[in-house]
Amino acid sequence: MSSSDKQLFDKVVFKRPESLVDVKTHFCPGCHHGIAHRIVADAIDHFGMREKTVGVACVGCSVFLYDYIDVDVVEAPHGRAPAVATGVKRALPDHFVFTYQGDGDLAAIGTSEIIHAANRGENLTVIFVNNTTYGMTGGQMAPTTMLGQKTSTSPYGREFSNDGYPIKMAELLAQLEGVAFSARVATSTPAQIRKAKEAVKTAFDMQIRRMGLSVVEFLSTCPTNWGMKPLDARNRVLGEMIDYFPLGIFKERKQADFV
Amino acid sequence: MSGVILGTAHREFVKGNEAICHGALAAGCRHYFGYPITPQNDIPEYMSAHMAGHGGVFLQAESEVATINMLLGAAAAGKRVMTSSSGPGISLMQEGISYMAGSELPALIVNIARSGPGLGGIAPSQGDYFQAVKGGGHGGCRIPVLAPHSVQEMYELTLLAFELADRYRTPVMILGDAIIGQMKEPYSPGLHEPPAPIDKPWATTGCVGRPRQHVKSLYLKDDDIERHNWRLHEKLQRVENAEVRAESYHLEDAKIVLVAFGTAARVCKTAIQWARKAGIAAGMIRPITLFPFPKALVHETAGRADLMLVVEMNTGQMVEDVMIATSHHDKIRFVGKPCAMPTPDDIFSEIKRLAGKTA
Ligand SMILES: Cc1ncc(C[n+]2csc(CCOP(=O)(O)OP(=O)(O)O)c2C)c(N)n1
Ligand code: SF4
Ligand SMILES: [Mg+2]
Repeated sequence: MSSSDKQLFDKVVFKRPESLVDVKTHFCPGCHHGIAHRIVADAIDHFGMREKTVGVACVGCSVFLYDYIDVDVVEAPHGRAPAVATGVKRALPDHFVFTYQGDGDLAAIGTSEIIHAANRGENLTVIFVNNTTYGMTGGQMAPTTMLGQKTSTSPYGREFSNDGYPIKMAELLAQLEGVAFSARVATSTPAQIRKAKEAVKTAFDMQIRRMGLSVVEFLSTCPTNWGMKPLDARNRVLGEMIDYFPLGIFKERKQADFV
Repeated sequence: MSGVILGTAHREFVKGNEAICHGALAAGCRHYFGYPITPQNDIPEYMSAHMAGHGGVFLQAESEVATINMLLGAAAAGKRVMTSSSGPGISLMQEGISYMAGSELPALIVNIARSGPGLGGIAPSQGDYFQAVKGGGHGGCRIPVLAPHSVQEMYELTLLAFELADRYRTPVMILGDAIIGQMKEPYSPGLHEPPAPIDKPWATTGCVGRPRQHVKSLYLKDDDIERHNWRLHEKLQRVENAEVRAESYHLEDAKIVLVAFGTAARVCKTAIQWARKAGIAAGMIRPITLFPFPKALVHETAGRADLMLVVEMNTGQMVEDVMIATSHHDKIRFVGKPCAMPTPDDIFSEIKRLAGKTA
């Protein structure tokens, strides 16, 4: 290696976050769960909190969070991660506690738990991965499934007269007093990923400053169950999904209600 | 309750539900989660008034589903934790109880039982016996179940429940009912030593100076879940071998042996005293642990007794465990009173009737 090469390699500009375990994931090609995992690991590193973090995994394709993120993890029943995280946080108030949940998990079976954890202003961070379907169980309709979207349980496409409308959780949660931060991000372009990183860091910071519950909704892909190639899945997020689920920050508390 | 001096017979005059709270606080439980339901509201009310003073956490959840999962989280974080509820609420908790059994998390779950099925009523009942002792939740989970029959035992068995929960890494249930929960009588907290806190190196408390670890019940690889099932089974066998508790009441020479637990057993004691005065050799086995069930004692007693009379405040549930415990099925009789406490008269007349037949 020439000395100029060495100089080149001495300056690390991009590396695997320390909190991200160096193993192959089980995610399908083109699935964005892996990107969200990396962003979470990156934020844990950023705040130097790996040893003070307890993650709460949900039931869904991301249940193996504990194999990929190098922190202590509790596995919650389907939808109950915010309640489990409440128990962890009330027991260990000085620890950093986050949940990582899918849209079936958070926006269907677990709606009650997320609303009430949010309303109590639990100092938790919620990573919410919306891929408009139940990935793990084979692509059934979720509350976030788009109108007209065909899934294994909406074979003719979701129809509002039968199934209602796709639910916008980031906006809904932003209405609650206990929520300190609510944002929706995507991970389909480098610029979006940069913004997603910023949002997750802000969300973590809210918890550290005890401002209340912080939630970041990720618009994600499920090429396998959408029946799409990875690139088409990415494009679906950029077009159809962002059209209906706008990106942005819906709430950002500047000052804690209490100290 | 304050300033309990161990080894003294200092007495308190409280409801059974409150004695459970005293026991929990004495045992170092500082995390209570719950949702209101009659007839156990004294417990969350007491805890809401006293937890903060003990530096603990009281949290009223939005449902029993949330409750049991808060319990799961706080138990995973290594704390002594408890909740209390009744029929419908306990049903809602069953998924979480199964997860906790699968994840091997210690906790106390109190069921101050009411009548069912459905909304049923708030009258006392032992109709939750099957749900409590046969698992309740899915996937073959079973947890130890303790059945107090006095305010003294509401206190003592709370201490024992936390001890067993930690020793075997399992949720433990106390199965009471509306009578035992609402009844006031004196008890002595000083007679029993609270369980010492124990190390929980498995808890998810942040991976300081050690590799990350997990609390989970999912096992997908190869035959991991089969091994996990056998391991849990082996643990339950250790519980069955070491933790059976039952009271033998006038059993030595008894010809008519009652089998009853909780409030029903309390009434049986009076009926047995009356029977003894009337010259009938009656006695009782009172299971204190419903699971593990005192099978050996039941079997051995059934061998020498004339009749076994099972008394329950339901239409017949524990009687099936009595039948499993012994092959003397011809000796087994049952008297039940669903959704109400039988009177000593009810039971005494049944004893007399049976004594007349065997005489
Ligand atoms: C009580 C209960 N009901 C149903 C299931 C089955 N189940 C497992 S994962 C899942 C949906 C997962 O979808 P989502 O939360 O969107 O996660 P994804 O896999 O899409 O990331 C369902 C219904 C379960 N495990 N528990
Ligand atoms: S099924 Fe869908 S959500 Fe699950 S890993 Fe595959 S692409 Fe990702
Ligand atoms: Mg999904």
